[in-house]
Amino acid sequence: MKTNTLVECRGLTKTFPGALALDRVDLTLGRGKIIGLLGPNGSGKTTLIKIMNGLIRPTAGTVTIDGENPGPYTKSQVSYLPDKNYFADCMKVYDLLNIFEDFYEDFDRAKATEMCASLGIRETARLKEMSKGTKEKMQLIMVMSRKAQLYLLDEPIAGVDPAARDYILNTIISNYNEEGTILISTHLISDIEKVLDEVVFLKEGRVIRHEAVEDIRIKEGKSIDEVFRDDFRMVSQRTSQELGDWHYVNSDAGEVRDAGNAGEDNNGTAERGEQ
Amino acid sequence: MEWKINDSLPIWPQIKKQLMFEIIAGRYEKGGPFPTVRELAEDAKVNRNTMQRALAELETDGLVITNRTAGRTVTTDENLIAITREKLAKEKINSLMEEMNAIGFGADDILKLITDKVNISGK
Repeated sequence: MKTNTLVECRGLTKTFPGALALDRVDLTLGRGKIIGLLGPNGSGKTTLIKIMNGLIRPTAGTVTIDGENPGPYTKSQVSYLPDKNYFADCMKVYDLLNIFEDFYEDFDRAKATEMCASLGIRETARLKEMSKGTKEKMQLIMVMSRKAQLYLLDEPIAGVDPAARDYILNTIISNYNEEGTILISTHLISDIEKVLDEVVFLKEGRVIRHEAVEDIRIKEGKSIDEVFRDDFRMVSQRTSQELGDWHYVNSDAGEVRDAGNAGEDNNGTAERGEQ
Repeated sequence: MEWKINDSLPIWPQIKKQLMFEIIAGRYEKGGPFPTVRELAEDAKVNRNTMQRALAELETDGLVITNRTAGRTVTTDENLIAITREKLAKEKINSLMEEMNAIGFGADDILKLITDKVNISGK
C-alpha cells in the first residue's frame, strides 16, 4: 500500500572526522514532485543525497524510502545522478545501454536510444570523444530513462552552457514518471526555480526551510533566488560578525592570524564533509 | 508562444492570464483541441503541477472544457469569450490609469493623449 510519503528522514545526522555534515535532519518528501535541494557549498547536500541513495550510512537517525531503509529494494527504486562523471571513458554508448539494461529492471532502453538519437549521439560513440556537456547529457539520459520512484540528481546543471542547461531542464520536465519525485541539488537557483514544486534549504547541515515555491512567492513577493540570497546573506553577515568579534578579542597580532586560519580550516573541513 | 514569467510572483496566475489572452485573441480554434498540460509545461519550461493548476482555473472559468475522452477543448461559448475580453480590457485600462495618475496625469490628460494617438494612427 503506497502512502503519500516517499522519503522520511528522522534525526538524520552524519559526522565526518572534524565536521558535522548533517545535523538532526527531519524531512518528509511526498510523491510526484520536483524538489530543489538548495544550499551553499559544504551545506550537506551531497551527503544527504548519498545517504538516501545508500552510498553512505548515517551516524545517527533514520531514513526510509517508500517505507524501507536504504538497501537492495530502495536501490531498485532510486535513480541517482552523481555530481561527477562515473562512466569509464573507454565505454561506448551501447556498452552503457547494456550495463543499465542488465542492472536495472526499470530501465527503458528504447527511451534512452530515442533520446540519444534526438541529440545526434551515435551508439558507437565513445564517451571519451564527447564534450563535457554531452557527457553530462548522456548521464542524465541514462538516469531519466529509468522508471524510478525517486530521482536524486546531484548538481545536474553545473558546468554546462546555457543551451545544454535548457536541454537538461527540458529532459527533466518531460521525462520523469508522474508518480516519481525528483530531488535536484544545485546552487544555480534562478535557472531551475520555475521547474520546482518545493524547495529545501540546507545550511550547515540543517534544514532551515522546506516550502512550496508558490507559497514562498505569495508570502514574500520574491523569487526563490532572492529568498535564498536573503536567507544566506544573513548567515554570512552573522559569520563575519562572529569572526569580527573573534578578531577583536584576539587583537594581538599573532592571534589574529590564527583566527583567520581557524576560519579557513572550518571551511576546508566542511568542503571535505560534502565529498 | 512567447512566455513572460516573473519569478518574483506566483507563476500559475501569470500563466493563466497569458493563456486567457491567447484564447481571446483566437489563437486556438473555438471548440478545437487545447494543448495538453505536458506540452504546455514543456513549452513554458515550468513544472507540470504549476501548468495543471493554471488549466484547472481556466476550466473553472469555463474557457477550457475537459472531455472525458477527447482531452481539453476551447469553449464555444461566444458570450463567455466576449465577457472575458471586456474584463481583460478593463483591467488594462485600470492599470494604465493607475500608472498615469502616479506620474501626474489626470483623466482629461489621459483622454487627450489617447485621442491624439488615435488620430495620428488613424491618418
